[in-house]
Amino acid sequence: MSEAGATKKFLYINRKAPYGTIYAWESLEVVLIGAAFEQDVSLLFMDDGVYQLIKGMDTKGIGMKNFSATYSALGDYDVNKIYVDKDALAERGLTLEDLQHLVWEDENEDWAEKDSIRLVSRDEIAGLLEEQDVIFNF
Amino acid sequence: MLHIVNKSPFTTTSLESCLRVSKPGATILLIEDGVYGALDGSRVSAAVRAALADRTVCVLGVDAAARGIEGKVLDGIDVVDYDGFVDLVAANDGVQSWL
Repeated sequence: MSEAGATKKFLYINRKAPYGTIYAWESLEVVLIGAAFEQDVSLLFMDDGVYQLIKGMDTKGIGMKNFSATYSALGDYDVNKIYVDKDALAERGLTLEDLQHLVWEDENEDWAEKDSIRLVSRDEIAGLLEEQDVIFNF
Repeated sequence: MLHIVNKSPFTTTSLESCLRVSKPGATILLIEDGVYGALDGSRVSAAVRAALADRTVCVLGVDAAARGIEGKVLDGIDVVDYDGFVDLVAANDGVQSWL
């Protein structure tokens, strides 16, 4: 048992495309709740989850809320470890350039703007999973 | 015949099955998460490009735009709107929806 109030490592795994199901949006809601409790939050986008980060979404024609702008607010909630499976991107014909440019400001370095997205291999993902206290799946 | 695919080609075999059993002259319409099958440079785009030789492949533009991929669609795929969707249904003898 960990002591009350201890910070835990939370990983949110996102594996679904946006809009076709509600998972992507629900994940964002839960991520923001976790961040409010000052946990050590990481996000992992793999499989079809990488589609969630594509830039330039325009949902006017399908009558659904475009929640993609929320990803760029994650840095303000100290959610700045956003891991993306680079092989999942490549299989889908995507590169980092196709994704939103997500950044955070490092208060320890005079609020220098830093990239939040880290492209990772499948070996690195395996290690990432082992490091966590809690894993949420969406 | 009009074939409609609404699932990502990476989560189900809907597109793969559709491509395997659709006839020359058929029309394939990609909607909802099925629009990812229209993305150029993916693991499935060679199969889609091969289908374009003897079938018509369309993508619903509003679903592609919602997902941010409207500008990344394979050459040769027609982008249609909701009216175009209705026209395709009216112009074809049967509709097969791959769930």
